Amino acid sequence: MFYRENGQFKASYVEDLRIFKVTQDRVAVLALVAIAVLLVPMLASDYLLRAVLIPFLILSLAAIGLNILVGYCGQISLGTGAFMAVGAYAAWNIGVRIPEVPLLVQILLGGLCATAVGVVFGIPSLRLRGLYLAVSTLAAQFFLDWAFLRIPALTNHSASGSVSVGTLSFFGLPLESAWQKYLFCLGFVVVFAVIAKNLVRTTTGRQWMAIRDMDIAAGVIGIRPAYAKLTAFAVSSFIVGVSGALWGFMHLGAWEPLAFSLDRSFQLLFMIIIGGLGSIVGSFFGAAFIVLLPIVLTNVPALFGLPLSVDTAVHLEHIIFGSLIVIFLIAEPHGLARLWSIGREKLRLWPFPY
Amino acid sequence: MNMTDINSATVTAPARGQGEVILDLQNISLRFGGVKALTDISFNVREHEIRSIIGPNGAGKSSMLNVINGVYHPQEGRIHFRGEERRKMEPQVAAAQGIARTFQNIALFKGMSVLDNIMTGRNLKMKCNLFQHALFWGRAQKEEIEHRIKVEEVIDFLEIQGIRHTPVGRLPYGLQKRVELGRALAAEPELLLLDEPMAGMNVEEKQDMCRFILDVNDQFGTTIVLIEHDMGVVMDISDRVVVLDYGRKIGDGAPDEVKNNPDVIAAYLGTSH
Repeated sequence: MFYRENGQFKASYVEDLRIFKVTQDRVAVLALVAIAVLLVPMLASDYLLRAVLIPFLILSLAAIGLNILVGYCGQISLGTGAFMAVGAYAAWNIGVRIPEVPLLVQILLGGLCATAVGVVFGIPSLRLRGLYLAVSTLAAQFFLDWAFLRIPALTNHSASGSVSVGTLSFFGLPLESAWQKYLFCLGFVVVFAVIAKNLVRTTTGRQWMAIRDMDIAAGVIGIRPAYAKLTAFAVSSFIVGVSGALWGFMHLGAWEPLAFSLDRSFQLLFMIIIGGLGSIVGSFFGAAFIVLLPIVLTNVPALFGLPLSVDTAVHLEHIIFGSLIVIFLIAEPHGLARLWSIGREKLRLWPFPY
Repeated sequence: MNMTDINSATVTAPARGQGEVILDLQNISLRFGGVKALTDISFNVREHEIRSIIGPNGAGKSSMLNVINGVYHPQEGRIHFRGEERRKMEPQVAAAQGIARTFQNIALFKGMSVLDNIMTGRNLKMKCNLFQHALFWGRAQKEEIEHRIKVEEVIDFLEIQGIRHTPVGRLPYGLQKRVELGRALAAEPELLLLDEPMAGMNVEEKQDMCRFILDVNDQFGTTIVLIEHDMGVVMDISDRVVVLDYGRKIGDGAPDEVKNNPDVIAAYLGTSH
């Protein structure tokens, strides 16, 4: 009833090229950002920020990065965790070796290192596709896991590759309490979400999608497959690397290579499949689903006062979580983003039938 | 080629079938292992004409188009486009030189909207880089709008305004063929290769498609190489026709000549021995 476009006429192409074309959408998004920036840091508890919102934001960012590669360019990658690790370790190394570098630059440079590594491991994509490419990115995961564990120079000779960051500050402002870290992550997520959206709605994104949908036709139109695939790898690894650096610096504080294992790669892949391949907003939905659902499942039995032992609760959680993913993928293979857009289409007409 | 008003166009274009030779193929042979797809084929295409390639199934028609736009590389033969000899060339280079095409089995980008598909056709003309796209401010936005205007002209021309935001996977077959033509037209090609643009269409859709092909040829002066099985259509709209059979050329000339060529009749109807 309130979600109407009546009277909203687009009189110029600038208006038609907006990300949020409906006025209500723009208002809602601005309100959401305002709440996230102003109200959440004031109201949310330390636990909520540290254990839920910060991981959610950082994993959303990683999911956006992976979605560019898998969802938009159609190149399956199982090495996301490794690219996150490259971002985290590179940023950490820069901080340790050149302490003068500010945190922001450290993280962005970490992202650039991940870009370089991502492009190198993206080269097989010029010859391989589908499952074979997935296996070759799996090699990236195993190789980098091994590298951070076994090459002492990469971790400044610390035992078993575990490293920790000291006190953080952002251009003189301290980054200690949960809300400060939260806002820092939020800034990254908002900026990179806008950048990602801009990329996928312009020529760059159209080239990626053309390669994904029909690479021979893309070549005949004049798209260079190598360029399109490698830019997708580069942009994707950059964002993933930045999110890895944030994960290490903001969320973990101290970590070892295991934090970025194959499990992480699969977790991110699940996020974008559940959230919606080829959708920026879907990356957020997927991250929310994967981060929030286990927390909800842990707390539900307690709400009903069910006396479950801890073991049983954990097992139940796994069972329900797994079956939900399966059911969900059968019911809606295009993910939460598709449900979201169907819902909006319906809402445009509601309460009228047409 | 300009996308201009119908009244102001076509004045300077040469009469059909009498223009300069813009594409010249000499002694083309193409083999896949032991299979000879094309054997010693020579023909040329003149500026601003509609040149049809016909022949029974498996005659090598689509292979011929693939040779012209660089998807296949013939083992023997020479290709001159606009007077320059082409060496082994990739499809991207052919596209940059002004050769666009449509495919026999629709090769649209199924996950993208009609608008995005046709915008993709202009990608060679868009010069902004990744970083400008990322910010989408100033030049990138200006460029996007400039090309959007051109694409809207193509959309108007093909009368598909109502479906511009529909994902192409959801469109019926006839409209998908039209969108594919739109994507090729968006590149403003000099030479347009159409691989069975009317296959699987009903009479009305065929008439529409014929009209579009003739209009493209008339208004924009685009040279067209056409593969088609509907002989009525081919004989009506072509200036000259090449006939292939088992990878060899068995006829070449104006539609009337070709129609009465005994070899062609034999290839299509068989002969009594």
